[in-house]
Amino acid sequence: MGFPHKPHARETVVLSKYFGDAEARSLKGWKKRGGYEMLDKALGMDPNAVIEEVKNSGLRGRGGAGFPTGLKWSFMPKEKKKAHYLCVNADESEPGTFKDREIMRWTPHALLEGTVIAAHAIRAEIAYIYIRGEFTEPLTIMEQALAEANAAKLFGKIKVYLHRGAGAYICGEETALMNSIEGKRGNPRIKPPFPAASGVFGMPTTINNVETLVAVPHILKNGADWYKKLCLSNPKSTGTKLLSICGHIAKPGNYEVTLGFPLKDLLYELAGGMRPGRTLKACIPGGSSVPMLNREETESTLLDYEGCVEKGTMLGSGGVIVFDDTADMVYQTMRLTRFYAHESCAQCTQCREGTAWTTKILERILAGQGKTSDLDLLLELAENMTGKTICVLSDSCAAPVVSAIKRFRGEFEDYIAGRRKPVLAA
Amino acid sequence: MSVTHPEGTEPYEPVFEGHRLEELNKLLTRYPNRQAALLPALWLVQRERGWISDQSMAEVAEVLGITPAYVKGVVTFYTMYHQHPVGRHFVQICTTSPCNLCGAEDVMKAFLKESGAGELGATSPDGRFTVIEVECLGACGFATPILVDDDFIESVTPEKVKEIVRKYL
Repeated sequence: MGFPHKPHARETVVLSKYFGDAEARSLKGWKKRGGYEMLDKALGMDPNAVIEEVKNSGLRGRGGAGFPTGLKWSFMPKEKKKAHYLCVNADESEPGTFKDREIMRWTPHALLEGTVIAAHAIRAEIAYIYIRGEFTEPLTIMEQALAEANAAKLFGKIKVYLHRGAGAYICGEETALMNSIEGKRGNPRIKPPFPAASGVFGMPTTINNVETLVAVPHILKNGADWYKKLCLSNPKSTGTKLLSICGHIAKPGNYEVTLGFPLKDLLYELAGGMRPGRTLKACIPGGSSVPMLNREETESTLLDYEGCVEKGTMLGSGGVIVFDDTADMVYQTMRLTRFYAHESCAQCTQCREGTAWTTKILERILAGQGKTSDLDLLLELAENMTGKTICVLSDSCAAPVVSAIKRFRGEFEDYIAGRRKPVLAA
Repeated sequence: MSVTHPEGTEPYEPVFEGHRLEELNKLLTRYPNRQAALLPALWLVQRERGWISDQSMAEVAEVLGITPAYVKGVVTFYTMYHQHPVGRHFVQICTTSPCNLCGAEDVMKAFLKESGAGELGATSPDGRFTVIEVECLGACGFATPILVDDDFIESVTPEKVKEIVRKYL
């Protein structure tokens, strides 16, 4: 449902069915709603059969990259020689995204069930659920659910532990997350080796996003074919996706739709459209790291992995940030780059320097001291920040800058030419 | 356990004794090595002491078999660990883009005024509040979210700030 709103008839409610239903949080309440039936089934299945089913469903990672989940699981060594680990990425920190938070707040057992099924599939004995430090409420709810499930001895030999982060966006990057579990600074690692060969504690590891894992019990219950049929456009994008909508929108919240759903309908029908008297100016469809779209592009985008790429952006984590005609795109772009400057782990020069200088130049423009050469300078910096670093944080900072200058160049030029009043002090 | 103190400082009372040591030992069973318990150990220190001093870092280092410099490297990486004492209530206000669009900066200004903190990072003269601006709290649909200590408060508007400030003595 479009939590905190009532579900809309055009939503496909699978993962969010029990959002807002406090009874679903308890083990008793969850079992009453059919919870943990698939766990028992999965633990009795051959791990390869579980992987095959998920592979056939077409499920792709919901954290942002969209990598096929079953394929990722199949990269784990077939012959087990070392300990295997599962890491669950609940470090949801991508501006615009707040879906995993709702999953953990309302259906903690759904995540535990998906986690243990995945751990079984990849033959892991231990699963760490890495929850961002600021998520105090989801953490408490997950702790209670885990204690209940452990007391009922539901997980067989598989152990699940919660690991609290401490305020670092970069720990959502898979190898940074692993370093953080190991008690290190959250610096991303150079790949290869990939996690399936050498992940957390140097052992074969799979890492999955929260939303990805909660889809797994539904796939086992209803079958891969059922999941594959949840598709409105490209057959490579199957299933439902939670979309978090925020910013200048009448009804912000989480909406669950079948992949391929028109972004336009999501905005104007499900999420209630613009605020009274306002019109759409821009939209970032997949969390702050993906390029922004103008109104025309937004209104013709289909929400799936391919549909977003077709418009020059990405589905990412499904965090939809809406900007109406009152938004100052220059200021908001600076606000986004400031986020990346703050969150850079500072390992790579292009990122450490690039995010900081991009922000400083944008601040200079907003203070009325921009130069005509600044836009070219920003684009040149962005070029040097893309595809040249250990992880993609640097690229993610460049994306809003390049896309904003491309689509809203006039707004930048207005500040530089003195046609617009400076909003920052010099 | 013994911890060496820099000359001229107050005697240091270790955190990891009695039930807190038991709590740490339980945490250690979750990981294949002691270093991995660093983040949870630091959270324990902050829960008990309100912040993480150099002496606490030295204690954690000793307990986990790593160096104080290493511990400091980790503490300084993560923004939620306090390296200095803070007010009785630590307030974190999200001002990243989605919340920014919804007026987060006005919430921040109202909080700085009502709490008496005056400026970001400062503590109010009565010692009640330290207010900081943070990047994305992950609740963008409930703008503006704030964290007061461990209380996550959604949909804060400037008008609601006075009442929130009144609640935290």
